[in-house]
Amino acid sequence: MKTGRHALTAVAVVALIVVAAWMLNTVNAPEAPRGKAAGMVWNTLIVWLIALWWTLRRLAALPARHRLKWLAPAALGATFLYLWELLVVGWDVPRVLLPAPHAVADALSARWDVLWPDFLQTALAVLAGYVIGNGAGLLTAFAADRFDFLKRGLLPLANLAGAVPIVGIAPIMVMWFGFEWHSKAAVAAVVTFFPMLINALAGLAAVDAMHRDLMHTYAAGHAATLLKLRVPGALPFIFNALKINSTLALIAAIVAEFFGSPIVGLGFRISAEVARMNVDVVWAAIALAALAGSGFYGMIALLERGLTFWHPSYRK
Amino acid sequence: MAAPPSSKASNATTPAVVASGLSLVFQTADTPVTALSNVDLTIARGEFVSFIGPSGCGKTTLMRVIADLEQPTAGRIEVNGTTPEQARLARAYGYVFQAAALYPWRNVLRNVLLPLEIIGIPAAERRERALKQLALVGLEGFEKKYPWQLSGGMQQRVSIARALALQPELLLMDEPFGALDEITRDHLNEQLLRLWERTGKTVIFVTHSISEAVFLSNRIVVMSPRPGRIIEIIDNTLPAGRNLDVRETPEFAAVAHRVRLALRAGHSYD
Amino acid sequence: MTETRTPLRRHTLPVIAVLTAVVLIWYAAAVWLNAPQVSERLEGIGEPWGWRELVNGTWSMERPVLPAPHQVADNWWTSVFDTAVDSPRSLIFHAGVTLGATVLGFALGMALGILIAIGVVHSAVLDRGLMPWIIASQTIPILAIAPMVVVVLGSMGYPPLMSKAVISMYLCFFPVAVGMVKGLRSPDTLQMDLMRTYNASAVQRLFKLRLPAAVPFLFASAKVAMATSLVGAIVGELPTGAQAGLGARLLSGSYFGQTIQIWSALVMAALLGVALVAAVRATENATNRLMGARA
Repeated sequence: MKTGRHALTAVAVVALIVVAAWMLNTVNAPEAPRGKAAGMVWNTLIVWLIALWWTLRRLAALPARHRLKWLAPAALGATFLYLWELLVVGWDVPRVLLPAPHAVADALSARWDVLWPDFLQTALAVLAGYVIGNGAGLLTAFAADRFDFLKRGLLPLANLAGAVPIVGIAPIMVMWFGFEWHSKAAVAAVVTFFPMLINALAGLAAVDAMHRDLMHTYAAGHAATLLKLRVPGALPFIFNALKINSTLALIAAIVAEFFGSPIVGLGFRISAEVARMNVDVVWAAIALAALAGSGFYGMIALLERGLTFWHPSYRK
Repeated sequence: MAAPPSSKASNATTPAVVASGLSLVFQTADTPVTALSNVDLTIARGEFVSFIGPSGCGKTTLMRVIADLEQPTAGRIEVNGTTPEQARLARAYGYVFQAAALYPWRNVLRNVLLPLEIIGIPAAERRERALKQLALVGLEGFEKKYPWQLSGGMQQRVSIARALALQPELLLMDEPFGALDEITRDHLNEQLLRLWERTGKTVIFVTHSISEAVFLSNRIVVMSPRPGRIIEIIDNTLPAGRNLDVRETPEFAAVAHRVRLALRAGHSYD
Repeated sequence: MTETRTPLRRHTLPVIAVLTAVVLIWYAAAVWLNAPQVSERLEGIGEPWGWRELVNGTWSMERPVLPAPHQVADNWWTSVFDTAVDSPRSLIFHAGVTLGATVLGFALGMALGILIAIGVVHSAVLDRGLMPWIIASQTIPILAIAPMVVVVLGSMGYPPLMSKAVISMYLCFFPVAVGMVKGLRSPDTLQMDLMRTYNASAVQRLFKLRLPAAVPFLFASAKVAMATSLVGAIVGELPTGAQAGLGARLLSGSYFGQTIQIWSALVMAALLGVALVAAVRATENATNRLMGARA
């Protein structure tokens, strides 16, 4: 019976958690043996891993529409964090090499007064650059769509720009715009410009011949065709670029800060703390950046779902 | 209402379409292709005319020339007494494609509203007209649905309602039911015939189904390929107001037989 | 919408037009941006000066705000052709260092990505459990870790090449994994059913159907992965202490205010990126021809 199977899986999950807690506790005790001497823990771990794989298989067997379908990835993610913590503490891995998750969490809260302004500074650069870059890319796409000569000239160059490490312009931007967030925003703007240009142009061009003919039979002008047919049709492509660009802008701003920053900014914090070998603060800054990045991406994905609900990719 | 053509006044006796010596040669990479060769055709207002023939006979091309979607390379063509371009700018016809070509981001009502928005009709009147057309094709109650929620046949009906929204004098239909299963096709054929009788539009209908052409039209233009030309124009002697049962009658078979003979004469079966 | 018949001819003239416009704007911008410093210097000299002196001055500064195109070209040429290949002033030397890390990282990333993709397609656990994390990893600015990885691995005795390659590997495995998963799943249901009627094993299905079908996806991801790998290698060279590589050259140019050096290093990086992606494209064309694709 289904409930029997589910009950067994639930029991297994609980058992795994209990044993995991025991292992961590054993290893955390102040005078506990570490490394090779903690043999009992490692033997338990091996058995635990086998049981884990068995449980994961059952979790993964849940049908795709099941309410609890997020259990499988959540379990794998939690396992990853747990193993990280257990192995780092259990083998006494030096903090400089790889800090345990709890150390990162500690650093995050201890240095919050510094990390939060860093985050704001970087976020400002990211948002400004994102808006300018995407906006410019869209406008250029409209212009290139209107004037075919421009499109034929720009498109090969824009594709070429995809192979070029654009973040390299960061030192030049710092030279032009100074150490403040403006130079980082400039780098983010240039980096996001090209993917938006390419995708928007592809989207505007992706209109069915039949739809174009239909507009022709209505004697609709260029503006009406653009507004009512091609722009809505291009939205999936535009959102594709917006999602790609959300990560690219963040990376661009952080890397640009490696090249020169006032004393705030996540990138600055990372390079400064790396030099001081405060690796846990570095990880904390990265965790913060990761959360911000995923949050940004998630918001855009939600907006995309709202505006392009009609696209076949949302229907299964 | 759409603005009438400026120069010639169209009255009830101007034929809907007049083509004389119409030719169209496509320049392709290897050899030029004669899609249409010396087509002479007159279509009166209110007629239901089918173009039938195998692939490559030019039937779709001929309709696209009428719709100003292609330019002829020789000969003359008049639509409603003016050039096809003038007729297009005057929104004199509605086009129905082989696929419904609805916008997936608009619901059914907004899809029918599309041409009305483009020509700038005020919102209240737009809505009224669109609802009327949807009622005409039997889709009241489906206004808020999205295209992917409808079956193929219903999508095509929305497409027809959209074509009628501009209240055109001419309805151009390019194998509109070709992608549907036979049972739905039959149903829609009957609905289309009733629609034509109610509205009195001139309908030009491209098909490659003999029974569809014989059932629907009062004149059948048989075409053949290489080069695309008209073989014969057959007057349909079947009674008006007919329904699907007429397809079992010997009169139907006789007309279909004439069409088949004409196709054979045009080497369509070679 | 894209023409396939004579793509080169269609695009050559417009591209040349756009490039010419860019160069002209560049020269004009050089005059505009460098003018304040140059006019100050000319005032200091005391002799009367006009447009010609200004323009000449702005296009031949030692540390310009914006170097003129010919200055960059000159510096680039010297650094590439007139300098010994093993000298730290040679762009070839630096490009070679970056190239090594890029290619190694690319190869490792491709291998990792393909292995992950094969795993995801064949195991429900990996598909449901790992794939969401792989997609989520795209939203994380992993590049931010680059300096730390280099420093930490360096302190453990690994050569910088290795640590840069590790960063590049992490950056490129994602597009390869996602693309290959799509590619391995791309065969028609009909083709998969045919394999079932032959009672083919999973391994046979993998090598005879899934992998060949995935080749276009592989190359599409490889182009993205190669460009990303290059960025990873360059950023990996940024932490202080890195002496070699294009990233290091950018950084040192930025510290010492050597604008022209920065620009010519950037040009070299751009050329390297274009050449690498072109190499991938050439491999793709050769493979397509071998696999019988239409020209």
